[in-house]
Amino acid sequence: MSEGHSTYTPKTGIGRWVDARMPLPRLVYDSFVAYPVPRNLNYAWTFGGILALMLAAQMLTGIVLAMHYAADSSLAFDSVEKIMRDVNSGWLLRYLHSNGASFFFVAVYIHIFRGLYYGSYKAPRELLWILGCIIYLLMMATGFMGYVLPWGQMSFWGATVITGFFTAIPLVGEWIQQLLLGGFAVDNPTLNRFFSLHYLLPFMIAGVVVLHIWALHVVGQSNPTGIEVKSKTDTVAFTPYATIKDAFGMLVFLFIFAYFVFYLPNFLGHPDNYVVADPLKTPAHIVPEWYFLPFYAILRAITFNIGPINSKLGGVLAMFGSIAMLFLVPWLDTSKVRSAVYRPWYKLFFWLFVIDAVLLGWLGSQPAEGSYVFMAQMATLFYFAFFLVVLPVLGLVEKPRRLPNSITEAVLEKNKGGGGGHPARATAAPETKG
Amino acid sequence: MTPKSGDRFSDKIMLETTTARQRISRGFGMKTILTSLALLGLVLAGTAAATTGAIAQEEAHSEAAPTHFPIHQPKEMDWSFAGPFGTYDKAQLQRGLKVFKEVCATCHSMKLVAFRTLEDLGYSEAQVKALAAEYTINDGPNDAGDMFERPGIPSDHFPAPFPNDQAAAAANGGAAPPDMSLLAKARGVTRGFPQFVFDIFTQYAQGGPDYIHSLLTGYDEQPPAGMEIPEGTHYNPYFIAGVSLKMPNPLSDDQVTYDDGSPQTVDQYSRDVSAFLMWAAEPHLEARKKTGFRVLVFLLLFGALVYLTKRKVWAGVAH
Repeated sequence: MSEGHSTYTPKTGIGRWVDARMPLPRLVYDSFVAYPVPRNLNYAWTFGGILALMLAAQMLTGIVLAMHYAADSSLAFDSVEKIMRDVNSGWLLRYLHSNGASFFFVAVYIHIFRGLYYGSYKAPRELLWILGCIIYLLMMATGFMGYVLPWGQMSFWGATVITGFFTAIPLVGEWIQQLLLGGFAVDNPTLNRFFSLHYLLPFMIAGVVVLHIWALHVVGQSNPTGIEVKSKTDTVAFTPYATIKDAFGMLVFLFIFAYFVFYLPNFLGHPDNYVVADPLKTPAHIVPEWYFLPFYAILRAITFNIGPINSKLGGVLAMFGSIAMLFLVPWLDTSKVRSAVYRPWYKLFFWLFVIDAVLLGWLGSQPAEGSYVFMAQMATLFYFAFFLVVLPVLGLVEKPRRLPNSITEAVLEKNKGGGGGHPARATAAPETKG
Repeated sequence: MTPKSGDRFSDKIMLETTTARQRISRGFGMKTILTSLALLGLVLAGTAAATTGAIAQEEAHSEAAPTHFPIHQPKEMDWSFAGPFGTYDKAQLQRGLKVFKEVCATCHSMKLVAFRTLEDLGYSEAQVKALAAEYTINDGPNDAGDMFERPGIPSDHFPAPFPNDQAAAAANGGAAPPDMSLLAKARGVTRGFPQFVFDIFTQYAQGGPDYIHSLLTGYDEQPPAGMEIPEGTHYNPYFIAGVSLKMPNPLSDDQVTYDDGSPQTVDQYSRDVSAFLMWAAEPHLEARKKTGFRVLVFLLLFGALVYLTKRKVWAGVAH
């Protein structure tokens, strides 16, 4: 799509001078003004912009917080409290940053589920999808390390548990764990390197985001029908159409974000993190941040040995495997049709998968005992079955609905309106009921 | 599966004459989704109910040896600082400070709170100076290299009652009393599903003060028959980590004298000190809520304008 002829014409002398030497204004114009986007994008497509905004906001608040924070195990907790009490608007910066991490994940989960629902990972967007998965992995590492920095009880014990996963790896496990910790247990060296990496990783994320957007602009955006853009009437210009819609999506998102920052700033955190880290006192229940809970549930669901693999290694493999599944999705899904709008069975299984993921999240927050363990095992089974069975098999056996011939046709059918009870309308525009 | 056709009208004709098989599969799709979702919801709800039921039963069977704490959920109180327009009741904070100074501070430190911030409670600069001067602060070394004692000044923090955690633990039966600076944010009983969802809409963020108040007023209850209370601990069904805690009942009626005519009861003391601890943990709560309201109003208005603009931009474009 970006292969199209550039329509940028500099209007001033300076503009022409710059354009002949380093056409950055042309790049911006072609990418964010003239860039054609499918005309039928719904609000699920505003989350890319929202994520870019959240990344920028996290970096901005984070850089200022780093000016006041002390990455030393004897000072860290009190330095965060100094930010909360004495730094001008420090409480605001810190609550924006801690809740910002949560809402960054809210947005990325919606973004990922959007991709799964509309088949955005299918050819030719496999690389775009994988770059997104890499961003998500980097986000998880950044979020985890950031949670350690306030040096509260959950910081310390969360870090102890999560770095402990690596000891399950045969032969090199212990070595990897000690490399991560900078010692034999979570201590000052751990905090120092986590702070350094927590500052570094967002810039790496920004780098991969550039690649992600680059790949996107080569293949173009997918859309709710999943049909490729065929003619000029299928698209509108990025500005003003997508810009204004993205802006509205962002403002709604920011409203909910602000509601939490100002009225429920500790709702998504854990009270124990307001107690300074104590290596001698283990909290009753160690729980990670909410956005890791589904994976935590999968980790704890493996309570049995599988042949030579003991339950600990099995749990770690299941947990990393659950994330690895995402990378394989473009090749696991055998369907020729992209969008769930035209795939009745896939649509059903997609929503079951969403419910399953939420259920896993809830189970991750519960103690691993009694019937919770069995529920977590069943939910884990469905999680993997969705990727390894449902995706490959459905594509072969499912009978998709009739696809419209083009985006324009789908849009015009949808906007027909009027004649209620018209038998054709039910299938002509099923994406309206998506 | 339909032959390629550029004419929308002919497509429609085609659709109207879809084969019976397609009709079935279409009807199947929507209905199956809805019924399956409903069924799944029922199954999930059933499992959850069964689980909760089983756990409840488990607990009922072992009233004398419970496994989940606290035994009672904290009592939900009306706090002046709750809700979107909540503010601290300064008179209450002043009474709470008095309870803290005369009762809690004999064992608990509050090292993150500086005297200067007490102006938030409605005290004048001179009053804060006088209050700080009541305390003796260890300072130094001076030019001669000696540590010395001096009266407190507003920039000092509340001094701890014990020189270190070990001394605090030794004097209190082996467990150091926790620092109180953040206690109201560091304690919170899990609300569980679905309560935590409702909490988003009611803006429930008073779990800390509710817990502290419940604990302070929960010493009167008698343990159920057969329950073992470890030596040197005190039964309290509101305690978050067991059947009993090392701290004995710290409050009794008429223990602290109030000058403003408020009732001198354990219940009142405990409300006042819980509110004070909320302030100590979150001194900028009022500014936060006030700023928040402005931000939300701005986002609402700006959002409405952007929405109208969006409608206008897209007005001529079917999408």
